[in-house]
Amino acid sequence: MRLSPDQMIFWQHGFLKLNGTIVFTWGLMLVLAVGSKLITRKLSTDLKRSRWQNLLEIIVTGIEKQIEDVGLRHPERYIGFLGTLFLFVALAALCTIIPGYEPPTASLSTTAALALCVFVAVPLFGIEEDGLGGYLKSYMEPTVIMLPFNIISELSRTLALAVRLFGNMMSGAMIIGILLTITPFLFPIVMTALGLLTGMVQAYIFSILAAVYIAAATRTRKPRPAPVPKT
Amino acid sequence: MTLIAVASIVTGGLTTSLGCMCPALGEGRAVATALTSLAQQPDASATITRTLFVGLAMIESTAIYCFVVSMILIFANPFWNHVIAQATGK
Repeated sequence: MRLSPDQMIFWQHGFLKLNGTIVFTWGLMLVLAVGSKLITRKLSTDLKRSRWQNLLEIIVTGIEKQIEDVGLRHPERYIGFLGTLFLFVALAALCTIIPGYEPPTASLSTTAALALCVFVAVPLFGIEEDGLGGYLKSYMEPTVIMLPFNIISELSRTLALAVRLFGNMMSGAMIIGILLTITPFLFPIVMTALGLLTGMVQAYIFSILAAVYIAAATRTRKPRPAPVPKT
Repeated sequence: MTLIAVASIVTGGLTTSLGCMCPALGEGRAVATALTSLAQQPDASATITRTLFVGLAMIESTAIYCFVVSMILIFANPFWNHVIAQATGK
């Protein structure tokens, strides 16, 4: 029973392994980078534009609006990071249509790496907004006694981000694998569709949670704390 | 050796069952409240829907934790692997 694409080995030399996670991640990176480069080669600002440019504009303005709704006032600063998170996880889930493909987010290494990126990015954006002293002071926000609890909550929500994405993706792949041995014809297709839906929802959740954490770290503290949900 | 197997199987089943039932109850209550507030204020539907999904993902993650633990108990059980390695090494 294969638990993750880590166990699909494509090439091995000594202890260097090219496993499924690495190969599929590189494939996704290639598709995203080369696709965007090709589409943005000739951008046009008048009404006559290619449909691919339209698609990219829909995606970008959609993500910007979502970031603004969460409470971040200058979405263009954060859309590089948050948009990449969303596009990578969403494309990783979407490509399960292709046979022989396993989403690299079904491996705990990928999701842990993404969660660590969020864990590093939140203080970075907070320090960029408030300065180092202001950001560190935010850990003692209600009272000084809350300092260990704030630190623990930072660590635990990073862990929760990683395990949530990993669990959703892995369970989708595993259900399909189990059903293939029981009823090979109809149900694996239905479960693939369900896995597609949960994959897109999880991509949205991952990036929205990252945006909420960044908003909580960069909100203006002095006049009145804005009501932002803290996990 | 059979004690490890019995304990792993029983714990795996119990973990999965509790992990399916309790988050489902919580999510049902969340969706019910969200539907009520949507009926009262339909123009806030974007915010309510987004907050509902974020809340559901939070609740779902506890179910995922239970699932991951039972998968580990069934498929990647370290105690079982250790016992098997000892039995074949003998």
